[in-house]
Amino acid sequence: MIDSNLNVLIGLAMGLNLLALGTSRLPALIRAMSVQGVILGVMPLLMEHQLDWRVLLVAVATICGKGLLIPGLLRRAMRTVQIDRELEPLIGFVPSLLLGAAGTIAALALTHLLPLLPEHAGSLLVPGALATVLTGFILLIGRTKAISQVCGYLILENGIYLFGLLLIKAMPLLVEAGVLLDLTVGVFILGIIVDRIQRAFDSLDTRKLTALHE
Amino acid sequence: MNSILDLILRLDCWLLLAPLLPGIINKVKAWVAGRRGPPVLQLYYDLARLWKKGVVMSTLASPAFVVLPAVTWVAVLGAAMLLPLGPLGAGLSFRGDALLLLYLLALGRFCTAWAAMETGSAFEGMGTVREVSYAVLAEAAMIAAVLSLSVQSGSISLAAMLAPAMGASAALLAAGLFIVLLAENCRVPFDDPATHLELTMIHEVMVLDHSGPPLAVILHGAAMKLLLFTVLLVQAVLPMAHLKPLLAAAVLAGGVLAVTVAVGLVESLLARFAFRRVPLLLTTAFLLCLFALLVAWKGGLP
Repeated sequence: MIDSNLNVLIGLAMGLNLLALGTSRLPALIRAMSVQGVILGVMPLLMEHQLDWRVLLVAVATICGKGLLIPGLLRRAMRTVQIDRELEPLIGFVPSLLLGAAGTIAALALTHLLPLLPEHAGSLLVPGALATVLTGFILLIGRTKAISQVCGYLILENGIYLFGLLLIKAMPLLVEAGVLLDLTVGVFILGIIVDRIQRAFDSLDTRKLTALHE
Repeated sequence: MNSILDLILRLDCWLLLAPLLPGIINKVKAWVAGRRGPPVLQLYYDLARLWKKGVVMSTLASPAFVVLPAVTWVAVLGAAMLLPLGPLGAGLSFRGDALLLLYLLALGRFCTAWAAMETGSAFEGMGTVREVSYAVLAEAAMIAAVLSLSVQSGSISLAAMLAPAMGASAALLAAGLFIVLLAENCRVPFDDPATHLELTMIHEVMVLDHSGPPLAVILHGAAMKLLLFTVLLVQAVLPMAHLKPLLAAAVLAGGVLAVTVAVGLVESLLARFAFRRVPLLLTTAFLLCLFALLVAWKGGLP
């Protein structure tokens, strides 16, 4: 029962992947990413049979970090640089949606080829993680705005977090907390960089960063 | 004797009830907008009026201009006969009739498109191009939906496919089929049936040069197609195999009414999408149906 609840949550996270790929608005992309973060934060609570205070702490930290703090920082960066909210994709929305769907299906179909522990065989954790990582890659490659690339990077990290849930019993709390802290600081710095790019180039289009200026 | 009675009852169901749906949609739209709106039976009056009128033929058009709308109407009616009607069952049922349903709908579309191009008007050609290019994506979604139903039930006969409950993928399939319904019947996010603007028309463009009885046949066929998709959607999602016949009929009628009202609400609350956003929505419908197929195939767990 716990396992099927977890699978429903992972299914939701996979649906949010496709939403992130298909949306043409920056706020919607950030919202999809933050909802995914909250869903990911709830998962450790479902995986443990008896509630441990350390698991609870990881869950609360993840929900606050990924669901509130990081999206808040991104929204602030978006407001201060006053960019227009339309995304300009390098890979169009329909092709990236189809790529993401193909990746999700491939992840579901190919997972049983991996040498997994028997207790993880029925879970959607590994295909979900693979699909989310792939979504992050597509967003990183296919979008031109710096903030949307940050979102891609964060979705990529969500996928890695899903992988990490496989090891929730083996991984110490300290590592988990360190990763979250690094991530928050990273997004904080990226917010500043985005502001700098905007001031130097009057645009957040990363294609402009490839040309040399005086 | 009994089978003839059954056939007549079934034909009555499809032929007489179909024009009610556009009336209900218009009434819902009027309510939401705070108007009184046209009477629910408006399409019946329109059909009677059109039937009495003469036909204006372009000098360029061949007799196919009149014949093709009739072919479309017969194709849609044939498809409707294949679809089971709750407790009544299907008028005609055999192994693989789901494929025939898809092809009959495609034949109907082909004939409408051909008839539209008979007059040689560039405007109608444009509408045909739009209709057919949307159909490519809508049909992909439809095929994925039929496949997922077939995988779920392990059968390729519509009567067996639509009977069992869809399980976990029902929500995905319902959303996908609803978008396909809107696209196939040229309802609002794809096409606005109320306007006559060059920029926004798809289906209306194709029937612009038709008049009199052929136009009546086209309008009735379109209403029947709407009823067909509504019935398909309701039966695909709601399990009705174990209900008593009367209750099942009531559930089916209630479901059809609910979907019709939903179409009316969508039409009142949404604006028509820009053309470049339409493929994205149709791709979404395709993916929803594809994932319904995936869930049906994997049975929830891989």
